[in-house]
Amino acid sequence: MSKTPVFWGIHAKPPPMLRRFLSLLPFLLLIAVYMYASDLRLQENPQDKLLPSFGSMVDAIKYMAFEADKRTGEYLMLVDTISSLKRLAIGVGLSAFVGLFLGLGTGLFQGFNALFTPFVTFISIIPPLAMLPILFITFGVDELAKVMLIFIGTFPLITRDIYTASRNMPIELITKAFTLGASSTQIAFRIVLPQLMPRLLETVRLSLGGAWLFLIASEAIASTDGLGYRIFLVRRYLAMDIIIPYVLWITFLGFTFDWLLQRFNAWRYPWYNR
Amino acid sequence: MVQPLNEKGPALKSKNLLHLENVYKSYGPKRILDNIDLSVAAGELCTVVGPSGCGKSTLLRIIVGQEQATEGDVIIDSKSASSPDSNRGIVYQKYSLYPYLSVLDNVLLGRRLNTSLFQWHRRKDEFTNEAMDFLGRVRMKEHANKYPFELSGGMQQRVSIVQTLIMRPKIVLMDEPFGALDPGTREDAQVFLLELWEEFKMTIFFVTHDLEEAAYLGTRILVLSQHYKDDRDGKSPRGAKIVADHPLTRKASATSIKSTKEFGEFVQQIRAEGFDPLSQRHVREFNLQHEDSFQTLTTEEMRRDRN
Repeated sequence: MSKTPVFWGIHAKPPPMLRRFLSLLPFLLLIAVYMYASDLRLQENPQDKLLPSFGSMVDAIKYMAFEADKRTGEYLMLVDTISSLKRLAIGVGLSAFVGLFLGLGTGLFQGFNALFTPFVTFISIIPPLAMLPILFITFGVDELAKVMLIFIGTFPLITRDIYTASRNMPIELITKAFTLGASSTQIAFRIVLPQLMPRLLETVRLSLGGAWLFLIASEAIASTDGLGYRIFLVRRYLAMDIIIPYVLWITFLGFTFDWLLQRFNAWRYPWYNR
Repeated sequence: MVQPLNEKGPALKSKNLLHLENVYKSYGPKRILDNIDLSVAAGELCTVVGPSGCGKSTLLRIIVGQEQATEGDVIIDSKSASSPDSNRGIVYQKYSLYPYLSVLDNVLLGRRLNTSLFQWHRRKDEFTNEAMDFLGRVRMKEHANKYPFELSGGMQQRVSIVQTLIMRPKIVLMDEPFGALDPGTREDAQVFLLELWEEFKMTIFFVTHDLEEAAYLGTRILVLSQHYKDDRDGKSPRGAKIVADHPLTRKASATSIKSTKEFGEFVQQIRAEGFDPLSQRHVREFNLQHEDSFQTLTTEEMRRDRN
């Protein structure tokens, strides 16, 4: 009698325990390889900075996160996180707002479509990072340029996704709304818009990856605080014991927002994708 | 004296609720509907059958205003009608309900769209009671707070009919509303529809591909078909016409009527009139028995003198 395989093949059904172990395995391997390599290097040269031990990383985090800076009296990691998240939130929020209304307008009204769609397509093709110098020169090295980079980098995609979603709205639902006495404005804001909200949250979720990229790039070039600023600042001293925890922290933040948006979407719009 | 079919148009136009005269519909060179003449009186439950792809749904979309006729007029209550408005209600087979609204909110949608925010707060309870009352009639009261995706296909269609009906449109158009339901559910839905039709004296224009459904529900049955003969040369584009039009007398709304011999024979007759490519009738010999049927043939369509 043949048995269902546990790992190999399309029919394989790993039992739950094995499944959990398998998903942890690559992480464990990475940590093990790192610890081994770090130990080797530190044995040879205790001052080595390239692969710091976990102990020194914990020390660095303690210093960055839980001790007030001697000069300013601030907790550096907290300050960096708050400034970065503020820029990210304003930039992505602006993108979502503009993308929603521009996408809805161009998707439903042919006049707006003719007016804006070619222009948005043009903007979306410009590589945002190539615009960075222009933005810094035009908007100065303060917050505005960073927010604008995130905005310019993410809003065309959100606009085009919302545009597609509005165009794909079944014509039946729109005709029916007219027969129930709706006006064109009511169709846009009371019939189509509510159905686009979960889609908007989903494209925002997918745009966050790009938004982080633009945030860190702009902070690396001109800033006085922020997670990206800190990484690029301590890079000069090869301070891997700070860089690695910061990268992990950014990854954790990204993962958390992704998860929260997904859970919020499922909770708030249970009918979506059903 | 019986009036000839081609002179009845003007009188019917002022008398009847829905009136189409010389309606053509083409997509590019392909003609779908060919000189449709149709007049439906208020209170009628008019069913339309025809072979698949003959243009039944196109005809319905033209009447609701979702598409425009290439030529000809659609007249509702003596006024020319174009884009969709609240005079015409519609029930589709798919996409009937708004997925983001609960059952109750779906039924309330029409009221909500036509009420200012101020009025809404004052009259909310009144409207909610009305909606719940309608939901009760189709036995959907206990599902009022569910989303459409939580309902079965039959339940969704019942809500959709009520959602349209509550706004009291002059005419309700239905595009194969029960087409996706399994036989038992379908019969229940038919009975619900007849109850509502009798109670609210609705005018219904009901498109279906199911002959038995059409013959059971209707007070009048139209057969739309591309299988017919006329005197035009073979090259000119031809689309579907109304090839038969029968008045139906409903003896009882019990579904058991479907198993009687007469019912079966009638269904066979309809099948021969519209669905059989081999038994084609000439345009002058269509079986247009209903008192509201009329026909405006062009000189090309009947060149031969038949008198």
